[in-house]
Amino acid sequence: MTRSLQWRFLLILAVLIGAAIFLYPTFVKELPSWWPKFFPQDKIHLGLDLQGGMHLTFEVEADKAVESSVEGIKNDLGNNLKKENIFYTYLDRVQGNKIEVVLLNPDVKARFDSYLKEQYPSWKEATSQREGDRVKVLLEMDSRQIAEIKKSAIDQALETIRNRVDQFGVAEPDISRQGENMILIQLPGIKDPERAKELIGKTAILEFKLVDEEYDPSRALAGNIPFGDVILYQRVEDPKTGAVHKVPYVIKDKTLMTGDALKDARVKLDQNNRPFVGLSLHPAGARLFEQVTTENTGKRLAIILDNNIYSAPVIRQPISGGEAIIEGRFSMEEARDLAIVLRAGSLPAPIKILEERTVGPSLGQDSINKGIKATIIGGLLVIIAMILYYRMAGFVANIALILNIFLLLAIMAMLPAVLPTTVALTLPGIAGIALTLGMAVDANVLIYERIREEMRLGKPPGAALAAGYSRAFLTIMDSNVTTVIAALVLLQFGTGPIKGFAITLTIGIAVSMFTAIVVTRFIFDVVLNNFRIKRWSI
Amino acid sequence: MFEIIKPGTKIDFMKRKWIGFLFSGIVMLIGIISLVVHGGPIYGIDFAGGTLVQVKFSQPVAIDAIRGALQDGELEGASVQGFEAEGKGEYLIRLQASSADLEGLSTTIKAALAKRFDEKSFEVRRVEMVGPKVGKDLRSKAIWATVIAMAMMLIYISFRFDFRFAVGAVVAICHDVIVTIGVLSLLNIEFSILILAALLTIVGYSINDTIVVYDRIRENLPKMRREPFEKMLNVTVNETLSRTILTGMSTLMVLIVLFFMGGGVIHDFTLTLIVGIIFGTYSSVYIASATVLVWENKFPKKKR
Repeated sequence: MTRSLQWRFLLILAVLIGAAIFLYPTFVKELPSWWPKFFPQDKIHLGLDLQGGMHLTFEVEADKAVESSVEGIKNDLGNNLKKENIFYTYLDRVQGNKIEVVLLNPDVKARFDSYLKEQYPSWKEATSQREGDRVKVLLEMDSRQIAEIKKSAIDQALETIRNRVDQFGVAEPDISRQGENMILIQLPGIKDPERAKELIGKTAILEFKLVDEEYDPSRALAGNIPFGDVILYQRVEDPKTGAVHKVPYVIKDKTLMTGDALKDARVKLDQNNRPFVGLSLHPAGARLFEQVTTENTGKRLAIILDNNIYSAPVIRQPISGGEAIIEGRFSMEEARDLAIVLRAGSLPAPIKILEERTVGPSLGQDSINKGIKATIIGGLLVIIAMILYYRMAGFVANIALILNIFLLLAIMAMLPAVLPTTVALTLPGIAGIALTLGMAVDANVLIYERIREEMRLGKPPGAALAAGYSRAFLTIMDSNVTTVIAALVLLQFGTGPIKGFAITLTIGIAVSMFTAIVVTRFIFDVVLNNFRIKRWSI
Repeated sequence: MFEIIKPGTKIDFMKRKWIGFLFSGIVMLIGIISLVVHGGPIYGIDFAGGTLVQVKFSQPVAIDAIRGALQDGELEGASVQGFEAEGKGEYLIRLQASSADLEGLSTTIKAALAKRFDEKSFEVRRVEMVGPKVGKDLRSKAIWATVIAMAMMLIYISFRFDFRFAVGAVVAICHDVIVTIGVLSLLNIEFSILILAALLTIVGYSINDTIVVYDRIRENLPKMRREPFEKMLNVTVNETLSRTILTGMSTLMVLIVLFFMGGGVIHDFTLTLIVGIIFGTYSSVYIASATVLVWENKFPKKKR
């Protein structure tokens, strides 16, 4: 062998061994114990469409977080103004995130202005107008402050969702932020998508409020709601028929205690083996709970989650020790999920599902089987066509073709360890592999057609080979660049399955250039060196 | 030697260019008329928003029975379709995005079916729900992706070749995209993200094909300086013809297998690729070079 041939032989050998090492973990069930010490153990990642699973996009309604923050500031401002004797006749939150206050007279307004500047620096007067003696002022929050609240709401939502999913128990979940206020969640292999959706999407605001027993719910429903009360419902399921009906309650709107007081929540069983959720409270929460139960002994305390009443037991005696329970005819799963959301904490703002894509595991397996079968049959057809058309040279091209798939899969196994983004094989990705088979032939066809032409011009085998490869090279480059451009754009834009397509297409093109230019050339050169051939069988 | 196109073949493509233009014009016109009649492409839920549920029954059932079950479950306006490409007993249920409460829709569908059919006799295999806002988002993103991809390819061609070649390539890819979208409209195929991916692939493939021809033109230009431009183009197209057909056929072969065996999920995707690659191959032979010729006759380049 000449020096150049030796070098190329070593290069090809190194690539093949490297590829085999990366592919090995994907195709064996159990790796030898020494393997991870020396070699990578990543398998080819399968997309959700192949392994089954759920893809969710949630929008965090960050405006709501701003609104509830403004609501708190409004209450705080009201109390402070009373303390400072800055008299007002009206104070409320308007237009979502603004506060309107009507002050008694211009003198009060002047004191209000200086007080506001000192104590609420992030609030500014938007408009003010005289109404007789009174002054109506519209206040708005600094836009940077608003952005800050939104950002922290989204961060916190992300954190809470991570906690919930972790506790729910999903292998390799992927939770990430997308764009300004969206959260992307991928849950591979999930068995009960509806339950997971329910669990993640719950705002989970826990509140303890008193039941207003002086009022009959039916009277309140007729429109006669007492001041400071609201109507909330308890969902009751008939154990025999499974029918659900809603029981209305008149509830005093004042929140006595919230989920902030919680330290932990666990599923427990009562003496009849029915599950309930046991809450344990922080020391401060325990003191508050004791105070609440002391002051309201004999009354009914409603335990409310996201404006649904779970239970409304009568407080028989003051409860110290910081333990409380939520009962409510739960199934075991429901109790477990409730405990998870209570432990993980509430979302700072409601979230809304924007997009959901769920693939069941059986469909995923079907897709894999069909995709692989189609690719193999398509590949065989191409292989037969190449041998028919180019004979011995076709045989060489087929070696390149098979190497192509081998290298492509090896790179697919390698990439997840190298790239931060998830690189996964998807069903369109399998189509991409099949498509590259067709297109990989192109590089060989371009070269072979050139060699044929050069032979027709009467060139000897060596010269025809060299001319064929060198002339075809530029064409192969130029023509592949455009396909790669299309694939790269898809990679930026697409959703999971499409990314898989773009990835296999790009890798396939790169690999096909290597096999067509380096590998087949090497084989031809070896033949040229070792046999006295007069004509190529091409 | 096995040859599809014998060496020295001299088909006078350039003389017949008007036949090609006329044929393409008619095909595009039919496609455009179909688009107008249908009121634009039929957007799938990716772009229009909505819910799609794929259900598999262990035994095939009547579509009307499914529809009835959904209607009893207060799911008016649900469209039910057999999904034979995926297998027997598979059905697609679609709902428009009009209802604000998309969240519980798949659960509602499941419950409605469970009332009519035995719960063990069917399986929900796939749920896709896209909110109207996401759909709108994707639509504008898709347009950008297409524009950017095309612009980048054209910049590359203008950089590697001549401007007049870029003109030919633009005409050829616009032709391929319009024809393919027209065929999709004629076949009532929904326009989804996957279809968009197929279209961009077609664009890449068609340009790839065109570039191979252009590369040859660039090589032949100095060799045949004394010959008329038209003759040089003819020789070039003939020289590259066997490669064009061979590559096109091997790609098509794989795609056809994929179309019949790859399952329902990528059925429309492979069909789009098949249509696009047939027309892409045709356009790189007929339209791309012929356009360069027409352009050259109208605006001759001084120094050649």
